[in-house]
Amino acid sequence: MAPLLQIEDLRTDIKLKHSTVHAVDGISLHVDPGETLGIVGESGCGKTMTALSIMNLLPTGGSIAGGSIKLNDVEISQLSDEKLRRVRGNDIGMIFQDPLTSLNPTMTVGRQIAEAVQLHREVSREQAMDRAAEVLDLVGMPRARERIGEYPHQFSGGMRQRVMIAMALACEPKLLIADEPTTALDVTIQKQILELIDELRQRLGMAVILVTHDLGVIAGRADRVAVMYAGRIAESTSTGTLFANPRHPYTEALFHALPEKAAETREKLLSISGLPPDLTNPPSGCRFAPRCRYATDRCRAEDPVLMGETPEHKYACFYPVGTAERGQKAAVTEEPKRAPRPEYAVPAAETLLDVRNLVKEFPVTKGAVMQRKVGFVSAVADVSFEIGRGQTLGLVGESGCGKTTVGRLLVGLDKPTNGVISFEGEDLAKRSGREYRRDRRKIQFMFQDSYSSLDPRMRAGAILREPLLVQGIGSRAEQQKRIEEMLDHVGLAHTALERYPHEFSGGQRQRLGFARALILSPELIVADEPVSALDVSIQAQVLNLMRDLQRELGLTYMFISHDLAVVRYLSTRIGVMYLGKLVEIGPADEVYMTPAHPYTRGLIDSAPVADPELEQAKEEKGVRGELPSAIHPPSGCRFRTRCPLAQEICAQEEPPMRAFSPNGHTAACHFPLQNPVSVGSTSASASQSAAP
Amino acid sequence: MAVIPPGADPRELGASVAADPALAIETGAPAAPPRSLLVRGWSVFAENKLALASVVLLIIIILFCFLGPVIHPTDQIHTNLDLTLCAPSGSHLLGCDPVGYDELGRLMVGGQTSLEVGFAAAIVAVLFGTLYGAFSGFVGGPVDSALMRIVDAGLSIPSIMVVIILSVVFHPTKIIMIFIIAVFYWLGVARLIRGETLSLRTREYVQAVKVVGGGGGRAIVRHIVPNAIGTIIVQATFAVADSILILSGLGFLGLGVQPPATDWGDMLSGGLTYLQSGTNYWWLIYPAGFAIILTCIAFNFIGDALRDAFETRLQRR
Repeated sequence: MAPLLQIEDLRTDIKLKHSTVHAVDGISLHVDPGETLGIVGESGCGKTMTALSIMNLLPTGGSIAGGSIKLNDVEISQLSDEKLRRVRGNDIGMIFQDPLTSLNPTMTVGRQIAEAVQLHREVSREQAMDRAAEVLDLVGMPRARERIGEYPHQFSGGMRQRVMIAMALACEPKLLIADEPTTALDVTIQKQILELIDELRQRLGMAVILVTHDLGVIAGRADRVAVMYAGRIAESTSTGTLFANPRHPYTEALFHALPEKAAETREKLLSISGLPPDLTNPPSGCRFAPRCRYATDRCRAEDPVLMGETPEHKYACFYPVGTAERGQKAAVTEEPKRAPRPEYAVPAAETLLDVRNLVKEFPVTKGAVMQRKVGFVSAVADVSFEIGRGQTLGLVGESGCGKTTVGRLLVGLDKPTNGVISFEGEDLAKRSGREYRRDRRKIQFMFQDSYSSLDPRMRAGAILREPLLVQGIGSRAEQQKRIEEMLDHVGLAHTALERYPHEFSGGQRQRLGFARALILSPELIVADEPVSALDVSIQAQVLNLMRDLQRELGLTYMFISHDLAVVRYLSTRIGVMYLGKLVEIGPADEVYMTPAHPYTRGLIDSAPVADPELEQAKEEKGVRGELPSAIHPPSGCRFRTRCPLAQEICAQEEPPMRAFSPNGHTAACHFPLQNPVSVGSTSASASQSAAP
Repeated sequence: MAVIPPGADPRELGASVAADPALAIETGAPAAPPRSLLVRGWSVFAENKLALASVVLLIIIILFCFLGPVIHPTDQIHTNLDLTLCAPSGSHLLGCDPVGYDELGRLMVGGQTSLEVGFAAAIVAVLFGTLYGAFSGFVGGPVDSALMRIVDAGLSIPSIMVVIILSVVFHPTKIIMIFIIAVFYWLGVARLIRGETLSLRTREYVQAVKVVGGGGGRAIVRHIVPNAIGTIIVQATFAVADSILILSGLGFLGLGVQPPATDWGDMLSGGLTYLQSGTNYWWLIYPAGFAIILTCIAFNFIGDALRDAFETRLQRR
């Protein structure tokens, strides 16, 4: 079968002021009609540039420096802009990462889709609008015909991405390029969107190029995968083969860095040390050699070509890992020895933090001057939990579920509307003035975005000294000593002190943020999505660091994340939040393996796993629908609107917390997936059973 | 999947905290001494050739106005009607004006007034506007609303009318002119800085101060002002140019500083009368006109380049 898209030796350069970045450096790949090609790699590896090169939508200074791109045997890389416009949107559709910035906020979605149709088809305005309604219906937009007159801000994130897909599909392209289509979305919505793309591919018989950094997304959706590293293809083969038998050390290292692989054993993650090479001046040998654990002098001197024993499995490496394939597929997996898991029941630790009936409501105001209160957003509604000294509580949930607000309440960035936060047995709210400020040092916060949380006008040294100055700790010399000690702890060189935040890489900045949180020797660190902005390999470095320092310094963590795999890897206990409510909490593995709340189950099923078989097996699972508004939360159980098991009682009565094991595993559901045990009572006090 | 033999890479599997070798490599190799923000800001600024030329031009203008009279001393107090409207010659390089002042010397004296009033008015306006705006933005709530309504009220008055009235009521000296210009100019600055403060206040690094137990004062002094300084300085640069223009405008209307003091606008106005007199008295118009234009353009180019220089993201490249 002739390939639909054939790329040969494509090279794309981006000219900067003083240098040229060779963003794509000699890649060849093809896409057959109707198949899904996954392009996977870390940020800066050239995957998005490859996608943009196909459409010739390169950023300023970018140009295709060589090679050919053939669509149906027609060379498109050298087409004039005029002719290329007929290809874009017509033969090739594209979906971008952020659906909010890709839609024009001043045009109705119907007009925007119709515009794409009118550009490529000789149709009237009415016909184009008809087509818009038709494709919106196709992408699963409820009441599509009524909603074509609405503006982008009236749609949720997931629905906006559906509009983007509809726009890309309006002219029935033969190829759809999806560049990180779900990265900005919640896992539950991500699953729905990926399913939609897959279903449309089958129905319309188009080919898809799925660009992503997430191996889990690739596992369930792609037929073939190309792994990119530093502007080149490191390995390319069918999805099944790649996941069963990766040959390139980079692919292997990517798998090893996934926290879900180590979640059961809690072993140290195998991170990839170092950073990807600078593409303005790439190394002459194998580009992965400086970070490769198997590299020899040959790797550093010679450049391996992309080849393999079989034509469908190619890799660019002199010393491939995994098993050689000579025609037949060998049995590869030596079952990794599983260290017997420590008992579910964590040794009863002294309670460090006790949160009782925490409530936070943000007022919704109207009018510029009077600011009348017209209602409130129920961000946190009656949440109770406790954290034992030296333990980690992981808090998961979709965005908007209130998990970050809980973190902010704990560190005092917001004041609770109601409820008690006691730390080491004392109520924090009762403290005032100086005492309260001094106590702040015991609970520290780690921000999600290390870039925006470090003052760009301060050197690292000044950033780390600031907490000590505020608290008035030590002389200048003592402070300096403490700062250097912290840098050693987080693995940064002392020379880092003289640098400004923008001179660090993302992982290094997060280490710096961690050092700032540690410098006051806190008891509890609230970490708000500390790794979600990082690449897998860097994420593994930071997770390892957090875990090591917890043991070394006896830290207690509250770890907030949307990523269940990360939370499970690091946590002793997991709490699941939904729309301001804590719906389930318990020992990490118990919650993960035997969830009692349907929402927890749904979250687990929605999270993509880097295993093609598992991914394809859970086709029909996951949470449906979207998060309701927190201004008017549903009556009774807040999850009932999306729950497959919901019945009448769920709308009338709010389910109490019930215990599901003697280890403090509780959940609030009328129809739980597990049988409740009668250790605790059925009242809210059940949640207290964790600490007898 | 193949299992990595234990001990395959001591760096990875070692018991110590995983150090980040990247940083060591990065900082080890070229060991470029870390440059301060000012040095890097300068290198961005220096890339803008137009701005560099403007700086040179501005220095020349300042030297001309303040050191010029030493080299080329002229009598700018007593009129000399013998020299009325004399054409440029060896002893009077740019000729004389209608009352016999040496035009070149007058350009220097007028320039002193223009520059002094321009700088002083800009500093007063920006300083007050910044404090007012930062306070308003940081406090927020009803106080902010009230303070900003005052600014709105000020901005809704047609400034030129009030300025004219004020300069008629008071005898216009340099000090009075500075005050009159600043009174209207600070409003815009206050509004701008207040907006900047509003966005800076919610930045995570400002919140981080709260987490470690720091108060509002530290947040403003250590974080908000240093991060708004780019906006402030750029605004100040433009303010100088604007003040010179306003002063020239008033001088042109005859409402500026009074004789024998002068400014460039005043000189321009004096020359205008002779524009249609048949004889070509170009030296009454062009020198003062070009001085105003060049100075203002120079300040604008410098302001543009400063904006880039203070943008940390641009320094990265």
